[in-house]
Amino acid sequence: MDSALTNLAYLAASVLFILGIKGLTHPRTAVRGNLYGATGMLLAIIATLASREVFGAGVQGIGVILAGVVIGGGIGATLALKIQMTAMPQMVALLNGFGGGASVFVAGAVFLDATDPTTRMTVSTVVSGIIGSVTFFGSLVAFDKLQGLVLPGKPIHFAGQQFVSLLIGLGALGVGVMIVTDPTATNLYWVVVALASIAGVLLTIPVGGADMPVAIALLNSYSGLAAASTGFVLDNNALIITGSLVGASGLILTRIMCKAMNRSVTNVLTGAIGPKAEAGASADEVYGGRVKSASPEEVAMLFDMARRVVIVPGYGLAVSQAQHSVRDLANLLESQGTEVEFAIHPVAGRMPGHMNVLLAEANIPYDKLREMDEINPTFAQTDVAIVIGANDVVNPVANTDPSSPIAGMPILEVDKARTVVVIKRSLNPGFAGIPNPLFAADNTLMFFGDGKKAVLDLISAIKEA
Amino acid sequence: MDALIPLLTIFMLAVFVGFEIITKVPPLLHTPLMSGSNAISGITIIGAMVAAASSSTLTTALGFSALVLAAINVVGGFLVTHRMLEMFRKKD
Repeated sequence: MDSALTNLAYLAASVLFILGIKGLTHPRTAVRGNLYGATGMLLAIIATLASREVFGAGVQGIGVILAGVVIGGGIGATLALKIQMTAMPQMVALLNGFGGGASVFVAGAVFLDATDPTTRMTVSTVVSGIIGSVTFFGSLVAFDKLQGLVLPGKPIHFAGQQFVSLLIGLGALGVGVMIVTDPTATNLYWVVVALASIAGVLLTIPVGGADMPVAIALLNSYSGLAAASTGFVLDNNALIITGSLVGASGLILTRIMCKAMNRSVTNVLTGAIGPKAEAGASADEVYGGRVKSASPEEVAMLFDMARRVVIVPGYGLAVSQAQHSVRDLANLLESQGTEVEFAIHPVAGRMPGHMNVLLAEANIPYDKLREMDEINPTFAQTDVAIVIGANDVVNPVANTDPSSPIAGMPILEVDKARTVVVIKRSLNPGFAGIPNPLFAADNTLMFFGDGKKAVLDLISAIKEA
Repeated sequence: MDALIPLLTIFMLAVFVGFEIITKVPPLLHTPLMSGSNAISGITIIGAMVAAASSSTLTTALGFSALVLAAINVVGGFLVTHRMLEMFRKKD
């Protein structure tokens, strides 16, 4: 196939990718959108196979390609089919990293093979090498932290960390400039890659476990930028278009996550947390004698008269695998004529949109899942709000105490509901490490216990009533 | 200045297209958006294929490594996105 035809196929693939993402703007069209994307990819792969560079290169090349596709495709398919929905952040972290790694290798291969590289090629090769390596190792650290393998979930700090990171980053750039001025020094590419790899690790270890949604979104963006930069190396529009789409997507998600935690990207990346917790009231001052604990039967009675119930799921719900029991509770209440909706905070899960996937997996219809801005005005007309495994995202202190570590963070205003039921193991604080006055409020009942067991007890209590 | 300007033009326009459509994706589907974008960023596979078919051993080795990683992204990304999106289908 001649190169004009190949490039035409790449253009068609890029259009299909854009249509694919457009499909994701509504759940009804999303499955079709994803199929558009996959079709575009298949088209691009077939066109490349048929191109002069590949097909013309002989049987041996085709054999190597087939082997790579079978191995990679096999690993990818196994991961995709086996992964638990709760582990989706780990999966995306890995895929981000692999995307970055692929860019490092492709850019390197093309650069080392080039006889007389242009300045455009050398500059973009260095950029691909740096961003790709940061993405690869940063994502491996993120994966490790989320999976809880070697590194602790807590931020890791050492003396002079930011200085060392800066020095290594500048070192990678400096060696990069040397490559641009003297493109025959091809071995320096691996020095750039090595330095950027260390930078990738150093940039991600200070990020705390609760901030991982931001880190993953940012690394997602980097993996796209690395691909776009590789497009500049290859003189290939399909890589540039796709890479910039992914880069834009990751940046938008990063911004949304930061806004939802009222933190800046720098603040998240340095692992810093707002003012110290001592600034606020102590747990004894907040809770002292005012916390009311309720039995399943007492809670069940609340639902007799309830016309509108809002369920607020937090990550604790997913940890205790309570999604399916919560769906049964919602169905039971609806069968009694109660209106039930779910309030989803943007950081309810461990990555953007995670909680929605976990609830959809339990067959909870998506039109019952409401975003924060949409549901907050309705809490005043809500009879019972049930908070399951969430803490900081319903802490009214965010709106009332400017000295609190979570001051200014947008919250779900459950305290405005007539009655609040909080299902929780204990009064232990959430990630922010501060007590929650909601638990001691006059209209709050604490229902202590494991999320799943508590919901099951509640269901049987309602049925008996 | 070889092909730099046309490539930069395409890059900038694609960034704008990206911002326009991605801001319209609802938070409901942000997780599938991320895994789906992982899948399409596996487009580096086409560069990996060309490198893998090279006659130089080093280039072939680098191309093959990229090919395996990109193929994981393509197959794993589209498949896991499909699995998630199926859950959001309305059940009648």
